[in-house]
Amino acid sequence: MPPTTEKKIRVVVAKPGLDGHDRGAKIIARALRDAGMEVIYTGLHQTPEQIVETVIQEDADAVGLSILSGAHMTLVPRVLELLREQGADDVVVTLGGTIPSEDVKELKELGVAEVFTPGASTEQAVDFIRSAVRS
Amino acid sequence: MATTGRRPTDPDRWEREIFRAAPERDAPFSTMSGEPIKPLYTEADLPAGVGGDRDPIGLPGEYPYTRGVYGSMYRGRLWTMRQFAGYGTAAETNRRFRYLLDHGQTGLSTAFDMPSLMGLDSDHPRSEGEVGREGVAVDSLEDMETLFSGIPLDEVTVSMTINAPAAIMLAFYVVAAERQGVPADQLGGTIQTDILKEYIAQKEWCFPVDPAMRLVGDMIEWCSGQMPRWHPVSISGYHIREAGSTAAQELAFTLKDGLTYVEQAVARGLDVDDFAPRLSFFFNAHIDFFEEIAKYRAARRIWARELRETFGARKPESWRMRFHTQTAGVSLTAQQPLNNIVRTAIEALAGVLGGTQSLHTNSFDEALALPTENAVRVALRTQQIIAEETGVANTIDPLGGSYFVEALTDRMEEQAYEYFARIDQLGGMVQAVKQGFPQHEIADAAFRYQRELESGVRRMVGVNAYTEGDDLGPEILRIDPAFEVEQVRRVQRVRERRDSERAQRALVSLVDAARDPARNLMPLLIEAARADCTEGEMVSALQTVFGSYREAPVF
Repeated sequence: MPPTTEKKIRVVVAKPGLDGHDRGAKIIARALRDAGMEVIYTGLHQTPEQIVETVIQEDADAVGLSILSGAHMTLVPRVLELLREQGADDVVVTLGGTIPSEDVKELKELGVAEVFTPGASTEQAVDFIRSAVRS
Repeated sequence: MATTGRRPTDPDRWEREIFRAAPERDAPFSTMSGEPIKPLYTEADLPAGVGGDRDPIGLPGEYPYTRGVYGSMYRGRLWTMRQFAGYGTAAETNRRFRYLLDHGQTGLSTAFDMPSLMGLDSDHPRSEGEVGREGVAVDSLEDMETLFSGIPLDEVTVSMTINAPAAIMLAFYVVAAERQGVPADQLGGTIQTDILKEYIAQKEWCFPVDPAMRLVGDMIEWCSGQMPRWHPVSISGYHIREAGSTAAQELAFTLKDGLTYVEQAVARGLDVDDFAPRLSFFFNAHIDFFEEIAKYRAARRIWARELRETFGARKPESWRMRFHTQTAGVSLTAQQPLNNIVRTAIEALAGVLGGTQSLHTNSFDEALALPTENAVRVALRTQQIIAEETGVANTIDPLGGSYFVEALTDRMEEQAYEYFARIDQLGGMVQAVKQGFPQHEIADAAFRYQRELESGVRRMVGVNAYTEGDDLGPEILRIDPAFEVEQVRRVQRVRERRDSERAQRALVSLVDAARDPARNLMPLLIEAARADCTEGEMVSALQTVFGSYREAPVF
């Protein structure tokens, strides 16, 4: 049997914007870590620039954004744009929060891989990131 | 001895012979905080000393206030129905306020947007996309005047949920009222100001912990002299619970925060009886009905004891814990949202049976967005149904003496004191917060709960049980992006029109005063408000002396 040398998935969990609701972000960060991923949590109140810088520095495979302030239509497109500018548009971008369904559609068109809304399980998030990064 | 055919009331025998005769269903039988619950509570579970000199239950309006802070409770006056509202510009929220007052609401409660909570003006680059989204944008005195325009501030009590920049908002409010012809000493209401719980849970801050604590002290001191009807701090467990704490953690951390403010004010030389009657509390009403009721009852008893026995307060008003309650936002589900009306009703009932002084009921669509007007009306009507139809307000503390409720109240109290001891070992709450102790305890509890939910140990209707048949997505409130553009223009206009020399002088004096810890900053903030300085300018000025805060990102 070959040794399991598969590289660990590296995920940045980020809180863009001004809201301080970090319950979800912290739960997701723990669940991803428990699932064997390398997790970098940015902490609160990050600008899109700070987040993208962390993603690049940490050579992350995925970034999970958590926003509950209603500012997602401003912040998320900017993160996507900055990732593209940095040539890092292969990074899987997911979003969690209270996101109305019309916005989900628009954000996916812009390049967000998946949006997790209230009631989504950590298992769904873990499975999604694992398969999106490996594919 | 005559035999009646009855056997003596022996709970152990009952459990052995009667209860165990049939198997129990497969369920956790514990509170949502994980506290195990027995199949039956009896007289043997009542606290020691009932009916004695140091009766832990007592009577309403008497020490230790377990049964309620007032002698007449809802027989005298119903709780205040106070719905939290705020979005868009001040003019928009002013319209929502008037709508609520027209529908029988009896007090106002203001939600501020994220930039306002963080001390940033609406035209700050970091405010982009956030202005007016989760609350109302207030940048200046002019916004505060618009917010309460046409609302008589000497008649309505107003609550403002803002913490790090609370002193600045209070300054705006005092000057706005003054311009309505209402002096500060006639203003009734509450400003949250509970900065400790910001570092613990809500995480909206402007300054490091120590200078932020000084600002709280300045407000308590200033209000005790100038605003006798005002509550300068509302010590809040709400956000602690929403962040994922257990009921016992909410109780313990909130009370310890409160005791820390008292300690600090006493250390400044204030007489405890001069300010303690103006402290109030704010708790969550979560879905585990009896646990919540026990929490409120334990909170009253602990506060009364600590104020009387630890701080030597002599006035009964200082011993009385009065509190506002809000139903649990976090208990609402995006799935089958109409079910949230039922959840909110049960939670609100717990608040009422727990003896709350005022209540906010959440709207059923709040797991999706800010509430629509229709949803807000249903939420308010829920309170009115409890008050007018159910009969629960006919007698005071109808659950007092319930074996179960009294036993759970005791257990809550015990758990709170266990936490107090751990916090004291860390050097008190300020130290514990700096070390991230309550933050970590809450994150652990939140994670544990999520695990229980995902493993199916805990069931949530519509989420991991009975998931078939989702309601049609209700109509949701969309915040018009034009509000942001308008608000940015407003704050820029304020800066253009004002006497800039006067504004500059006010900010320079503020910075000078901030350097001297012995000076109270309230009068300087009021002058800055009069000079049309903006919130962001005042916060930035103070940050030149105080610095800013960044939390270590741990999970």
